[in-house]
Amino acid sequence: MGNIDYNETVLDHFSNPRNMGEMKDATVESIVGNPRCGDVMKIYLKIKDDIIEDIKFQTMGCAAAIATSSMATVLAKGKTVDEVRNLTNEDVAKALGELPPIKMHCSNLAADALKKAIKNWEKKN
Amino acid sequence: MEIYLDNAATTKVYDSVAKEVKEFFLVEYGNASSQHPIGINARNKLEEARKKIADYVGAEPSEIIFTSGGTESDNLALRGLAKANPEKKHIITSVIEHPAIIETCKDLEKQGYKVDYVNASKDGIVSVEDVINKTSEDTLVVSIMHVNNEIGTIQPIEEIAKSCKEKNIYFHTDAVQGFTKVDLDLTDVDLMSVSGHKVHAPKGIGFLYIKKGTKIAAIMTGGGQECNLRSGTENVPGIIGLAAALEEKENVEGIRESRDKIIVMLKEIPGTRFNGSLESRVYNNINVSFYGIEGESLMLMLNGEGIFVSTGSACASTKLSESHVLNALGIDVLYVHGSLRLTLGSDAIGNEDYIAQKIKKKVERLREISPFKLNLKEVKDE
Ligand SMILES: Cc1ncc(COP(=O)(O)O)c(C=O)c1O
Repeated sequence: MGNIDYNETVLDHFSNPRNMGEMKDATVESIVGNPRCGDVMKIYLKIKDDIIEDIKFQTMGCAAAIATSSMATVLAKGKTVDEVRNLTNEDVAKALGELPPIKMHCSNLAADALKKAIKNWEKKN
Repeated sequence: MEIYLDNAATTKVYDSVAKEVKEFFLVEYGNASSQHPIGINARNKLEEARKKIADYVGAEPSEIIFTSGGTESDNLALRGLAKANPEKKHIITSVIEHPAIIETCKDLEKQGYKVDYVNASKDGIVSVEDVINKTSEDTLVVSIMHVNNEIGTIQPIEEIAKSCKEKNIYFHTDAVQGFTKVDLDLTDVDLMSVSGHKVHAPKGIGFLYIKKGTKIAAIMTGGGQECNLRSGTENVPGIIGLAAALEEKENVEGIRESRDKIIVMLKEIPGTRFNGSLESRVYNNINVSFYGIEGESLMLMLNGEGIFVSTGSACASTKLSESHVLNALGIDVLYVHGSLRLTLGSDAIGNEDYIAQKIKKKVERLREISPFKLNLKEVKDE
């Protein structure tokens, strides 16, 4: 067993999550995760001309889940749908500097939420 | 500000204990088996300490076997009984035991033992009937903890022990969390595990109480110390420290009042659930869950305010499995992950408002972030 040690960037995104909240007029949204596992993320996208104009999230989860949610929205905002489609959990983790190894699985949440939202959007179009 | 509310994890050693122990590192450092004055002095002091500890628990000195702590005592109890009584192959324990018991039982299962893990009620209490209903001719030992380490509930040990005695079955209790806090009559208890570092003594010392006449074998081989039951040079400083800790008195009433004040304040936070019976409960434990948030996040935020607690949430442990105790109680999943354990010591006294207000603020903050919004009607039904 070891301690869970987060770096400054992770702690910053945890304490001051970017793009956090609900969006009433989202083009599309998605929800991923499982309350049984303790993390669930909801993401809202506003897409115009294939560009993610605005993004918001809500997450129940540990500090790593909240920080990766926040960072994923920062990475996705202003990008094209195609660019975001290929965003991986490693990209999100890298942007945060690093995550404790046992917390890597938490970073799947945000990448999965983005992918699912884009899929939902494609179905709609 | 530093408010330590994690006394079930470990405790700060009393000043008087640290002072005594230091003497046994620097001056009275002998090996209790040596035949010179320094060794003989160590032996005498060790035996004095054993006598004090035995008096404290109401036992004979020869019934106290020093070990490295709770985990070793639990292992010695179950494995030692198994080794000395190979004709019986059935063990009864509960689902809310500490891993020192659960994992030992799982290992014994691999060696051919049948183990029944009895459930606890929604209140976190194991029922005497449930345990006794599982007993058979083949039952070697019943092992039920005295006080649960997560939710603080007190188990009906004396009744279970009495029924075991009537059936001629050994009864062991892991009293690591109850020792010095909740009285326990050892009349029908055959074995009891205790750990020093939970009672303001050093880490790495503990003992197993073994009632006279119990058939038990050593699980470690070596120099034959501790009546051949626990080889290895005696941890004299630890033993001295444990005896010294028992001479101090914790401010029980102060801590209990402090706990009750905090509970009253936390109750005002909507979507709050207290885990484990509030009546049959050790005086320093609060285990509380907040709907729709995750405990590790809450703990981390409280760290930032100088409040140190622990959580039953999966994500806080490097093992990544949620609390087996909270799960066993059948609590709604949206509560299970948002649990905090506060185990109070003297730090809590006078800081109740600060603690409760900070928790309230952080819960509100995490609920802003969470997609699960409180539905108050739903919460009332909990
Ligand atoms: C109920 C219980 N049993 C056993 C142990 C293990 O004790 P030790 O740390 O002394 O090995 C603990 C400590 O966490 C405990 O709470």
